[in-house]
Amino acid sequence: MTAVLTKSTAHSIVEASPRAKAVAGGLVILYAVITILPLLWIVATAFKSQSDAIAYPPKVIFQPTLEGYVNLFTVRTRQTPDFIAKLPPPETWYDKLVRQRDMVIAGPSKVVPRFVNSLIIGFGSTFLAVFLGTLAAYAFSRFRIPLADDLLFFILSTRMMPPVAVAIPIYLMYRQLNLTDTRLGMILLYTAVNVSLAVWLLKGFIDEIPREYEEAALVDGYTRLQALRKVVLPQAVTGIAATAIFCLIFSWNEYAFAVLLTSGEAQTMPPFIPFIIGEGGQDWPAVAAATTLFVVPIVLFTVLLRKHLLRGITFGAVRK
Amino acid sequence: MSEPAKSRDARRVRGLSDRTIAWLFVAPTIALLLAINIFPLVWMIRLSFTSLNLSMSYLPLRFVGLDNFTDILTDEDVWFRLQTTAQFVIWSVALQVVIGYGLALLINRQFRGHSFWTTIILLPMMLSPAVVGNFWTLLLQPQIGPFNYLISLFTGVPPSSFSMTGQVSLAPWTIVLVDTWMWAPYVMLICLAGLRSIPDYIYEAAEVDRASPWRQFWSITLPMTMPFVMLAVLFRAIENFKMFDMVNLLTSGGPGSTTELVSITLKRAAFEKWRTGYSSALAIILFVTVFGAANIYVKALNKVKQR
Repeated sequence: MTAVLTKSTAHSIVEASPRAKAVAGGLVILYAVITILPLLWIVATAFKSQSDAIAYPPKVIFQPTLEGYVNLFTVRTRQTPDFIAKLPPPETWYDKLVRQRDMVIAGPSKVVPRFVNSLIIGFGSTFLAVFLGTLAAYAFSRFRIPLADDLLFFILSTRMMPPVAVAIPIYLMYRQLNLTDTRLGMILLYTAVNVSLAVWLLKGFIDEIPREYEEAALVDGYTRLQALRKVVLPQAVTGIAATAIFCLIFSWNEYAFAVLLTSGEAQTMPPFIPFIIGEGGQDWPAVAAATTLFVVPIVLFTVLLRKHLLRGITFGAVRK
Repeated sequence: MSEPAKSRDARRVRGLSDRTIAWLFVAPTIALLLAINIFPLVWMIRLSFTSLNLSMSYLPLRFVGLDNFTDILTDEDVWFRLQTTAQFVIWSVALQVVIGYGLALLINRQFRGHSFWTTIILLPMMLSPAVVGNFWTLLLQPQIGPFNYLISLFTGVPPSSFSMTGQVSLAPWTIVLVDTWMWAPYVMLICLAGLRSIPDYIYEAAEVDRASPWRQFWSITLPMTMPFVMLAVLFRAIENFKMFDMVNLLTSGGPGSTTELVSITLKRAAFEKWRTGYSSALAIILFVTVFGAANIYVKALNKVKQR
């Protein structure tokens, strides 16, 4: 209590008055609540039945059901009640749920392979981009490289192209190389996009590690590579992790390249989700379920990344 | 002078020379970018002088000189799309700056729990614009969507009397609205860093001089955060000029072509009409525009920073 008091008197000139704070807090919380509503609506829709999801007026209170999730993971066929009555009793809770709607599960949907694609392409490209980015960033940070500034700008400028424009020649090139709609093709493409972010961010992080540590290690008889591995990398671990998460989020969320360059084999979640359809249009509970599952990891990552968010979104231009 | 030279020699004995390492480390990145970015770009420049159409790729490649470029630059439709894009960029960035800066000022008052609420506000910008844009189509449905319902609750306008995505007068504002929802936090975060970079003693001095809060804002806060605001504007403007994913799913350019941003035009030319030569030329025009505008802007930004 006393500590708080002394603190507030010491800073009374610049610190906001309690009333000003309360007003600010109220407005920010109001904005935060409004901004989060659409996301809460998504999470809620995933637990609605098809008819509740498109009811008028929109339903805030409803009987929660797992139908959306079941529909997301399965392909179903409509049957006559007679046919369903003749079937042996349902083996699982989801069989039962589906039969209540006069349907029978015909097999798994494509969502799991698409999710796996997102994971493989996301982690693959992140690993490559961070690996290449760390090496390049270390070199840019520690050695005198001719035209370093031009090279760094060149690396960044590759991000200025609209993705649709980049996709045109990539499409032609991949067609020649048989890389269209392959995971390898997407990994290479996302690596190329992410490596520019990785180099810029990691250069900032490595710049902050004092050179003296390495120099001491070199004097002790380490080679450059040993010094990098045993001295620099352990200290850059947080930076590398933050960079990796940024790369992963980019690959995870990317839509333009994915929709233009993949159609089946290598399709990731973003182009897949809008095409989750039921009888008569989008199956909104299933779409919401997919969106929830897709978004939850990102929410967790955002919380983890809080401290480095600013750096990440400005390519390291602004540091705190 | 002789000291570093000696140690360099010594190092070479123990392992690779620094210069070799530098090149070994930089080369893979440069090689990848050359293969995935530069080589295709050069190829695209070549194609932009041809009449290549992928749906008729059996035709021999015919060079048409600058025809594609003159076609595009004299096409009124393309100019309309560029205008639509410019309006989208200007309005969305302006709104984001106003909201983002305002939020940053409020959060900077450090009320209790501000870091929790800041994280909540930041969430939309981390999500996939495509996936979220797709979901907004449900939120904005005239009959069943909660957005129209809420509006009618507050204004009394019947919820089915307007359609945010289907109406010519509203659709351009809808994409601005959703984009602002996603990206105002981005501007906020950068502005907040700007506000926190201002040392307390400047305000203390102003207080001693009895400068009013209003005066303090105009002569201290705003000028000192200007470089940050400009940086945020730069990043947002480039991103929104490239905008494709959210709008493609939310309105796919419609109704008619009221929200057809130039990226969507490009996608239609390249991947629906398969006019590769033409779309390559358009892509190059866009790239030159962004690159040129960004360069001019960065010069202005550096001037502001130096002041």
